Amino acid sequence: MGKRTIIPFGPQHPVLPEPVHLDLVMEDEKVVDVIPSIGYIHRGLEKLVEKKEYTEMVYVIERICGICSFGHGWGASAVIEGALGIEAPARAQYLRTIWHELSRVHSHLLWLGLLADGFGFDSLFMHCWRIREHVLDLFEKTTGGRVIFSVCKVGGVRKDIDAMTLKEIVDTLNSLKPEIEEVAEVFRKDASCRNRMVGVGTLSYDDAVALGAVGPVARGSGVVQDMRLTGAGVYDELGFEPIIETAGDCQARTEVRIREVFQSIELIEKAVAMIPDGPIEVPAKGNVENEFIMRMEQPRGEAFYYAKGAGSKFLERMRVRTPTNQNIPALVHMLKGCDLADVPILVLTIDPCISCTER
Amino acid sequence: MSEKKFMIQNFEQVEASNLLPRVREMFEGGYRLGQACATKQADGNIFVLYSFDKDHVLYNLKVNVPSNLELQSITDDYWPAFIYENEMHDLFGITFKHLALDYQGKFFKVSTPTPWNPQN
Amino acid sequence: MANIKRSPWLLHYDGSSCNGCDIEVLACLTPMYDVERFGIINTGNPKHADIFLVTGSVNAQNESVVRQIYEQMPEPKVVVAIGICANNGGIFRECYNIKGGVDTVIPVDVYVPGCAARPEAIIDGVVKGLGVLAEKRAAMDVKEAIPTNTAKEEA
Repeated sequence: MGKRTIIPFGPQHPVLPEPVHLDLVMEDEKVVDVIPSIGYIHRGLEKLVEKKEYTEMVYVIERICGICSFGHGWGASAVIEGALGIEAPARAQYLRTIWHELSRVHSHLLWLGLLADGFGFDSLFMHCWRIREHVLDLFEKTTGGRVIFSVCKVGGVRKDIDAMTLKEIVDTLNSLKPEIEEVAEVFRKDASCRNRMVGVGTLSYDDAVALGAVGPVARGSGVVQDMRLTGAGVYDELGFEPIIETAGDCQARTEVRIREVFQSIELIEKAVAMIPDGPIEVPAKGNVENEFIMRMEQPRGEAFYYAKGAGSKFLERMRVRTPTNQNIPALVHMLKGCDLADVPILVLTIDPCISCTER
Repeated sequence: MSEKKFMIQNFEQVEASNLLPRVREMFEGGYRLGQACATKQADGNIFVLYSFDKDHVLYNLKVNVPSNLELQSITDDYWPAFIYENEMHDLFGITFKHLALDYQGKFFKVSTPTPWNPQN
Repeated sequence: MANIKRSPWLLHYDGSSCNGCDIEVLACLTPMYDVERFGIINTGNPKHADIFLVTGSVNAQNESVVRQIYEQMPEPKVVVAIGICANNGGIFRECYNIKGGVDTVIPVDVYVPGCAARPEAIIDGVVKGLGVLAEKRAAMDVKEAIPTNTAKEEA
């Protein structure tokens, strides 16, 4: 047995845009144990329920994370709608689904770029982010914001998208398809990508289930788990089927996300074709009496929202459990036994969102 | 709307003494731990909500925390619960006995200790 | 070495932001906005950096990290606080774990507003920071002891 060394990883690290800290216990080049420590971004925003009314809480929850901000806005609105016993009208549900899938496209492209950056493939990083900018332009055009939208509210959405703009969204996404295809081919075929990903950090089906992995991490290991199957939004009407890969390594997780980009584009296309006319909001009035649980499929996996009212405009509890939180045990498991050089790639393949985790 | 899976809201009240056997049953029934969180109620009492998922349907166990703020850890069956239990320890001041990976209050570094605790 | 003229390098640290400003900082470096064409590079090493971009507010745990990174940067250096959270805490101001803006820990030279700050605003803030950097360098050249961090500008 070699001598054990502890190498600190983070909180300020070139591959991480956000701070997370891992203590890596090393034996020579191999990681034998990992102790994650978080808390650098802990703000305590769940406690703001005491100071903000439930309609205002949507803004706060949306700012948990700037990447999946639409999903958080939707989750917070939906859970309060559930507790109030109201339902957003059909057109609002379609619009929410379109925006949510758009944010999945932008989030996965962002992540693909970060992954390429993680193994030093800078031109690939730049291309992913170049394509992503077109998606952000669509957001800016429809909501007014690039990363924080505040377009979801309790009872519906704030803005409608007219038919012309809907068509433009589909046209833009279709024109991006060949470019995304080109980038995806590099991730799939290029030796410098494959060497860093194939067979690295394999998570078996059983481990993925036992460790409670969610999102693309679980689906990359063959677990059929996608919260879009729970009936939120209009995914049932669109005939949604989750994307599953079975290899369980970094390549499989990447492949899940690449295929999800194309799937999201298809879903948006279908939603635009099927969107009904009608109102985009119902009034949200009264006090919250009940408790309700809502789960949404964020780009990173299952997010959990729990709202409990106490008969006033202020909620008693608003709990958000984000996907990264649930994936940390799986990450710790994957890191054990890997090489030091693979640590950044492995940390990236769970698509960590630390702002989400710590709230 | 009622046939949609997310509309199924199962809550079951469990005694603190009966928590571990009940969790073991969930574990053997093939449930996955979705999350665990604590809630401080208006009367100052805290309850812990454990959510389990099977085939996209949630089943929730609610446990009232005794006044000595001590609960049994469920990390024996569900190891990933250490994240939630450490979080509840740091934010609510609930102690979990036999916790598999105990950060001893260093999981979240907060400016005010246990900000959600009823005593604060 | 401080008087050698060179391209400014950036260092970015995420205080306790929501990621929105962070990805906008990164977006500045990518093809649409591309500040790299001016020689501005995002580095991971505080010892190579001239401009320190901080997003998000400061809390109990990252306070020492922010201060340490700042102290490791060589003189002259400029701090740019990006987004409303870095300016004064923003929407999270009332949270129990938030200390406030970045200026509660280290001196800030340029404040960039916005939630999230737009890439144009960030670039504008960095360009303003370059002006402050030049002033600080000039002050060092005339052998005035240690430059003061009093020049505050609104972006």
